Amino acid sequence: MSFEAVIGLEIHAQLKTQSKIFCADSTVFEAGDNENTSPVSVGMPGTLPVLNERVVEQAIKAGLALNCHIRPKSVFARKNYFYPDLPKGYQISQYDQPICEHGSVEFKLNGKVHQIKIERAHLEEDAGKSSHFGDYTLLNYNRAGIPLLEIVSGPDLRSAAEAAEYARTVRQILRYLDVCDGNLEEGSLRCDCNVSVRPRGQEKLGTKVEIKNINSFRFIEKAIEYEVERQIEATERGQRIIQETRLWDPDKNKTFSMRTKEDAQDYRYFPDPDLLPVIVTAQSLEKMRQEIPELPLVRARRFVSQLGLSENDADVMVSEKDVADYFEKTGALCGNYKAAANWIMTDLLRELNDGKLSIRQSKVTPENLGALIQMIDSGKISGKIAKTIFADMWSTGDTADKIVKAKGLVQISDISVIEKMIDEILTGNASQVAEYRAGKTKLLGFFIGAAMKASKGQANPDVVNQILLKKLQGGS
Amino acid sequence: MDLLKASLSEIATAVRSKKVSALEATQFFMNRAKKLNPKINAFISFDESAQDQARKIDEQVSRGEDPGPLAGVPWGIKDMFCTKGLRTTAASKILENFVPPYDATAVALLKKNGAVILGKLNQDEFAMGSSSENSHFGAVKNPWNLNCVAGGSSGGSAAAQALRMVAASTGTDTGGSIRQPASFCGVVGAKPTYGRISRYGIIAYASSLDQAGPLTNSVEDAALSLEIMCGKDIKDGTSSSLPVPSWKKNLNPSMRGRKIGVLKEYFQDGGLHPEVQAATEKALSELKQQGAEIVEVSVPLTKYAIPMYYLIAASEASSNLSRYDGVRFGFRSEFKSLAHINLSEFYSKTRGEGFGAEVKRRIMLGTYCLSAGYYEAFYNKAGQVRRMLRDEFSLAFEKCDVILSPVTAAPAFKLNERISDPLQMYLNDIFTVATNLAGLPGMSVPFATSKERLPIGIQLMANHFQEQKMLDAALALEGISGLKGLVADVL
Amino acid sequence: MSQDKISVEEISRIAKLAQLQLSAEEVSNYSQQLSKAIGYFEQISQVQTARVEPLVTPTEIENILRKDEVKTETSSEEILRNAPHKTGSLFTVPPVV
Repeated sequence: MSFEAVIGLEIHAQLKTQSKIFCADSTVFEAGDNENTSPVSVGMPGTLPVLNERVVEQAIKAGLALNCHIRPKSVFARKNYFYPDLPKGYQISQYDQPICEHGSVEFKLNGKVHQIKIERAHLEEDAGKSSHFGDYTLLNYNRAGIPLLEIVSGPDLRSAAEAAEYARTVRQILRYLDVCDGNLEEGSLRCDCNVSVRPRGQEKLGTKVEIKNINSFRFIEKAIEYEVERQIEATERGQRIIQETRLWDPDKNKTFSMRTKEDAQDYRYFPDPDLLPVIVTAQSLEKMRQEIPELPLVRARRFVSQLGLSENDADVMVSEKDVADYFEKTGALCGNYKAAANWIMTDLLRELNDGKLSIRQSKVTPENLGALIQMIDSGKISGKIAKTIFADMWSTGDTADKIVKAKGLVQISDISVIEKMIDEILTGNASQVAEYRAGKTKLLGFFIGAAMKASKGQANPDVVNQILLKKLQGGS
Repeated sequence: MDLLKASLSEIATAVRSKKVSALEATQFFMNRAKKLNPKINAFISFDESAQDQARKIDEQVSRGEDPGPLAGVPWGIKDMFCTKGLRTTAASKILENFVPPYDATAVALLKKNGAVILGKLNQDEFAMGSSSENSHFGAVKNPWNLNCVAGGSSGGSAAAQALRMVAASTGTDTGGSIRQPASFCGVVGAKPTYGRISRYGIIAYASSLDQAGPLTNSVEDAALSLEIMCGKDIKDGTSSSLPVPSWKKNLNPSMRGRKIGVLKEYFQDGGLHPEVQAATEKALSELKQQGAEIVEVSVPLTKYAIPMYYLIAASEASSNLSRYDGVRFGFRSEFKSLAHINLSEFYSKTRGEGFGAEVKRRIMLGTYCLSAGYYEAFYNKAGQVRRMLRDEFSLAFEKCDVILSPVTAAPAFKLNERISDPLQMYLNDIFTVATNLAGLPGMSVPFATSKERLPIGIQLMANHFQEQKMLDAALALEGISGLKGLVADVL
Repeated sequence: MSQDKISVEEISRIAKLAQLQLSAEEVSNYSQQLSKAIGYFEQISQVQTARVEPLVTPTEIENILRKDEVKTETSSEEILRNAPHKTGSLFTVPPVV
């Protein structure tokens, strides 16, 4: 029997705010134990939540970018359960009236476009952090109250690779919007995967298993692959899949059971009377819409249709908003988008990667890279010299012009100068000239090399080529 | 100056003009409070910094600064209000040693306006009760008759106020917890419209019903206190942004042309104590004589006010009280070693031992009402009926300025008389809970004294944000009764 | 109304949800008292409420939102001062795994 995997993702994105969702505690990651807390975030008696307006704005932007319907009125509810990392004995979360619902995300995988439904995206507060020490557990509430947007996909994903690509796409969109930094190691993006299998062709969904605690895209893929395998094998052996929560163990490369849903909680959701419904007016919705930048998929299509990039190059250029912005600016300045894309891909991104820097930290500005490309295109410098100049620009931050002047690297295109140089080379290598003329035309490269060497690489190679051919073929 | 009789403004004026020092005023009330407290058990804690607070006020005055309209006025604070650096217990074992690092906004406002805090007042545990018998620190007694309850849950506030152990006090009112003890003890007790006073720092019982307010010896003092306690607060997302009017300055006892509503339903069932009935009728006829028009109004759904109230209050409470878990603050059961305790045992033992019987009963009731399969029929249904009730009140207030009614069916009952039958106890609140369900301002003003020398109050309520109309009618009743500044002298 | 509308088993289930350790006597009392109270409260089912939206906040209040600004009013020492048991600047509880 052939099986099909049915996968849905719950992505918990930490919204990019200075302060927590319901109080003024800092959200800075580096902080002492319980330093980012207050009476509100540890749930002291009588304290009340007050909603951070930026959180609402960011949720709306994310919702719009995920093609969601934004509810004019959404409601915070209390999810009641006891756990030491939960200070109030309830988590404030949106339940039956989430701020965003009914959206979709598109991505390409192996050339094929996939469209995945977004069921909902709702706001909630994060819990604190427990550290376990055998005989006791210690609690730090710095994370308690960090704003989260939980983005719930439909059960539309059919493979581990699709799931990982979907997650990457969502992360990319959130980073484009600047509403989440997408840092998986610091926990600012977390992913729970719901996985089930069913015989191909069957309509009814299999029993769902939730995998928690996955902190990289690679692990999303591996964990789902493992889990799908496990479920298929178990089903083939005639075992029943238990509805449960499993954790991914990256060291052992397998999932293991955490708790079964048999002892499922009764969360007793009810609207939080401490928070009024969130009202989104048509005006504020329109304002948010204006602030949404062009998103990667659309932008890549434009780079192909308007700027003449290949699809692959366009995909690389839109990977990050900052890269795409850099690219467009550079291209506009020099008028050669293709060259701009090549320089960014082959030189700039490699250097950034080696130096573990973001493109914003690059000493080579779009202005400078654009000017460099222009110098090549106008024949002022050769492509080869340009590579040397770029290396200098990368380390010093100087303009290409300044480096060219300082090092006297301007390309020599003056025919009389080059002719003189070539005459000297031909005179000095009479035997090779004779061989060439006897038919060994491969020696052209030897003469070009000699000319470039003699000019310290500054001679315009096209001019050198032309003159050499003329002289070698000419007078005998 | 007779501090037993002086209004809050008179005390503040005397302090500001150095006729009386804040320290003298504070010592007068503190001595009286400490001397009388053993008889009625109104205080849970005294604030030993009171004299220092008073000295600071006096220093401000000497420097030519104005400490504010409550300059040097000694206040008692119900133990539901968090007070920075001063133990705050909600009369519960579970918070027996809790010292908040913050002030409730209402307390901060009192301090900012010159008030001196004398201490924390006894109450029903977590404000759950109508008799102030459900306290970890023992029952409060009624100053007019030590065998009777002071009412609840703000019984400590009402009793301390009736004995003038404080110049004014704070209470909280979720279903009558200010108005009912005020009536039982013969003091003025008022709650404004839901949202007027910030709930920040006031220990939550039922968030959509809780509202603070003052207990005082006169309507004028109540008006001034409300002005100071009310106002928008950035720490409470449900606090009203509407400006707070000058209620005290605008007080007007003239009832000419005022329309006084009488709720048909409140008089249908009978069951009113004859003296309460007589007092209510007298109040109406006297107001009519002063030119008021008496209008019969109908709010049929008040019939369901008690079920609605207890379903909503218990549900919200069950969630609000989840934070008392022995982890971050408050009581934790004794465990020999944590190593072999499972989490559920840890929580349930701590909470089982830390909460009193009535609190546990309401947590159980609320948990039940919110649990799967019951939510629709109970919590959700009660919320729906609540909207309909509020809309009925809105219609009623199109026909009248205020609604006048008894506060309770009878004067204060005996200690231990009703504690064994929770449902009977719940039914006491029949006249007061509808106000909270609809979010209306309501108050109790002393109007009569029973043959057994127990006070009888009259309740007034007004439409949302119409506190002035309620205070005006209360002032008229205070004039009629001659009970302004009533102080218990039974001791 | 039946006296055991809420059975002792039901009470035990609710007590577990509410994390309240109850004595056998408390369980039996609550079973009777809550059965009686719920029996009385059930009368609200008589009200026709089709399509009525439940009311939570009873008055018209304009939502107050916070600006996204950091404010520190209390130190971690103040936050931890009331802790029944702490280790350094962390709260200590029984092992949860």
